[in-house]
Amino acid sequence: MKTSLLFLTMLCAAVSFSQETIKQDSLKTVTVEGSRKGIKKSLNVTANTTLVTSKELLKAACCNLAESFETNPSIDVNFSDALTGTKQIKMLGLTSPYILITEENVPSVRGASQAYGMSFTPGTWVESIQITKGAGSVVNGFESISGQINTELIKPIGDIPLFVNAYGDSGSRFELNTHFNKKVSDKWATSLFVHGNARVAKNDMNDDGFMDNPLGKQLNVVNRWQYANPESGWVSFLNVRYMNDEKQTGQLDFDPDRDKLTTNFWGSEINTERLDFSSKVGYVFKDMPYQSIGFQNAFSNHNQQSYFGLNQYNIKQQSYYSNLIFNSIISNTMHKFATGLNFTYDKYAEFVNLADVSRIDNSVGAFFEYTFDDNDKFSYILGGRMDYHNRLGVFFTPRLHVKYNPWEKAVLRFSAGRGKRAANIFAENQNLFASSRVFSVLDTNGKIYGLDAEIAWNYGLSFTQNFMFFGMKADTTIDFYRTDFQNQAVVDVMNSPQQVLFYNLDGKSYANSLQLDFNLEIIKHLNLRTAYKYYDIATDYISGSFQRPLQAKHRFFGNVEYATHIVEKGKQWKFDFTWNWLGKQQLPNTATNPHHDRLPNFSPSFSTMNAQITRTFSSTFEIYVGGENIGNYTQHKAVLGAENPFGPTFDTSIVYAPVFGQMYYAGVRFKIK
Amino acid sequence: MNIMKNIVIGLLLMLVSFTAQAQEKKSKNAKYNIEVNGNCEMCKKRIEKAAFSVSGVKSAEWHIDDHQLHLIINEEKCSLIEIKKAIAKVGHDTDEVKATDEDYQKLHGCCMYERK
Repeated sequence: MKTSLLFLTMLCAAVSFSQETIKQDSLKTVTVEGSRKGIKKSLNVTANTTLVTSKELLKAACCNLAESFETNPSIDVNFSDALTGTKQIKMLGLTSPYILITEENVPSVRGASQAYGMSFTPGTWVESIQITKGAGSVVNGFESISGQINTELIKPIGDIPLFVNAYGDSGSRFELNTHFNKKVSDKWATSLFVHGNARVAKNDMNDDGFMDNPLGKQLNVVNRWQYANPESGWVSFLNVRYMNDEKQTGQLDFDPDRDKLTTNFWGSEINTERLDFSSKVGYVFKDMPYQSIGFQNAFSNHNQQSYFGLNQYNIKQQSYYSNLIFNSIISNTMHKFATGLNFTYDKYAEFVNLADVSRIDNSVGAFFEYTFDDNDKFSYILGGRMDYHNRLGVFFTPRLHVKYNPWEKAVLRFSAGRGKRAANIFAENQNLFASSRVFSVLDTNGKIYGLDAEIAWNYGLSFTQNFMFFGMKADTTIDFYRTDFQNQAVVDVMNSPQQVLFYNLDGKSYANSLQLDFNLEIIKHLNLRTAYKYYDIATDYISGSFQRPLQAKHRFFGNVEYATHIVEKGKQWKFDFTWNWLGKQQLPNTATNPHHDRLPNFSPSFSTMNAQITRTFSSTFEIYVGGENIGNYTQHKAVLGAENPFGPTFDTSIVYAPVFGQMYYAGVRFKIK
Repeated sequence: MNIMKNIVIGLLLMLVSFTAQAQEKKSKNAKYNIEVNGNCEMCKKRIEKAAFSVSGVKSAEWHIDDHQLHLIINEEKCSLIEIKKAIAKVGHDTDEVKATDEDYQKLHGCCMYERK
């Protein structure tokens, strides 16, 4: 059965070339060889894209994709909520539903997987991450609003035969990653990645009777096949993946077998099972290296069964995504284009308590993206796509990226674009189920849970200058981005602490973000990275205009890395230190609660520190130890109404600071090359 | 192993149909490597720009290390000699056409390559 499925997909792929190469063409993501930096910003690429290499990912505890951005100022990693322990990310101040998150250019974290999807990709699988701020490319769809994050996994061709990573931390979390690789022939290679993690003991550092992070276990297996034949121009990828993730959280005394869906104790279980199959086929035309065609297909089956106290939430998503791309030139390689078709189908079986909110979404679209590059100072990418979606209608999505090098070592960038999406209000906000809040959707005329589609325009301006600072290599960047919502599925926790309201935006909603970066290579192997970020994200709610809750207006970021010279046999020390400061954050409205369950309007400001030391003994063996939240800053009250979890003031969703205090970890990495 | 076999057969089938199609276009995508003298990144930009100024040049990439200009051209629209002339005009010697001293002298200081 599986065999014929594979075969069929390959055959359907009439013609081709791998999308990743295509993507590199269209956004010109340049990989700078020889540079040892973990974060690479090019002065030549058109879009505001940062490349994060696997080297950078080794700098954090980095158990999964969500945690891999902790040393990167472009992306804010939120504190895991008291319940699920899952870290959410934000870009330009907007949460992950507004970011197009792709894995090898196939949209991966979307729909049902929006809340926990980032934690379903283990960090060790990742080869590199490309972060594009702003509108992004039209090639992968119309949904991205604030940016795109694309993850490339380690490619079977070029992988090492064996990699083992074991990790343990003081929060009783353990992890084992094993990668196997085999070159089957000179054209075929395969990798098998097996990831397992578990949190085996209950932690309650703040003595509120609730676990600070969930018990859990995850099994995650992927088998990848890569085919490359340079003579014929054919390339292909096949992936099969299975993931099973189980979490249990809530009160320490909660026993799921005894207490599930009762008021004995408050508890929650979130079980997710997911199966993915994807294929890519690509063909580069003979004698025309600039012309190629690519076809990719992805199928996934995602099934989440969960309850949060007395709230039950089950969602099953069957999804099919297909993308056909043709790349070529107009007269010469200064004028490139990409054009093609997308098709998506999503079948949701979704149940919120007893309400059946199941639906089927499908869309078909055509895109055209033109890239001009004078190979010198000026380049731009102009893209447009036309889509038909059964709930969003027929609509056009334009995107533009412009790059200009006004003088040496400087780059000025501008981008603008439109995004449109259907908000999966329950899946995206499921952390609110772990509260006594009543969910109410106030609109009934829209096609998505009664709401209309979200539409936003994003504009951005960025300037980077590299220079010498007292003889040290330095660079500075200033980024300004604005997102204007024409319509938004407003999530309102400002009205009442006993309610969460969803309604169509009436009035204004915008997100302004300003980021100032200053990076310095003090001496060779000693690098300093600093950033200041300003966010002004405001929405007109029913009860007035407020800043987006749980978003700091001001943030500082600092990172210092130092590595000793590599001595014989690859021996080396590496040190890394990250500091984050967050200003006050608007908190959800709790003013009507009884006095002891009231929070102030704004959270206090605070800072956190992470550090890591890696000792490489040889090119095949290394040990690392590190600490997170070394300053041991924790939120004073992580669970509101903890003493009466079935009472009206119970809320686990208001998390503005770490819930878990200091955390220390250690791990080993072993390779056979 | 069965999976592999099927995939390979699938790939082969597609391959056959493709090579047949690609061959007809050959004269429109003629590949040439020519030697062009130069030094640096600035030279690279200048040489490639000059090559692209000739209509019919589809791809032009000059490598600093071995001074080779890799061309893909439509032979129905242009000839190699036209491209070499265009490159010589901006001051760079090619194997066949040399730049005039006047054009060579106009080059930026760092681009003053050693003439053969």
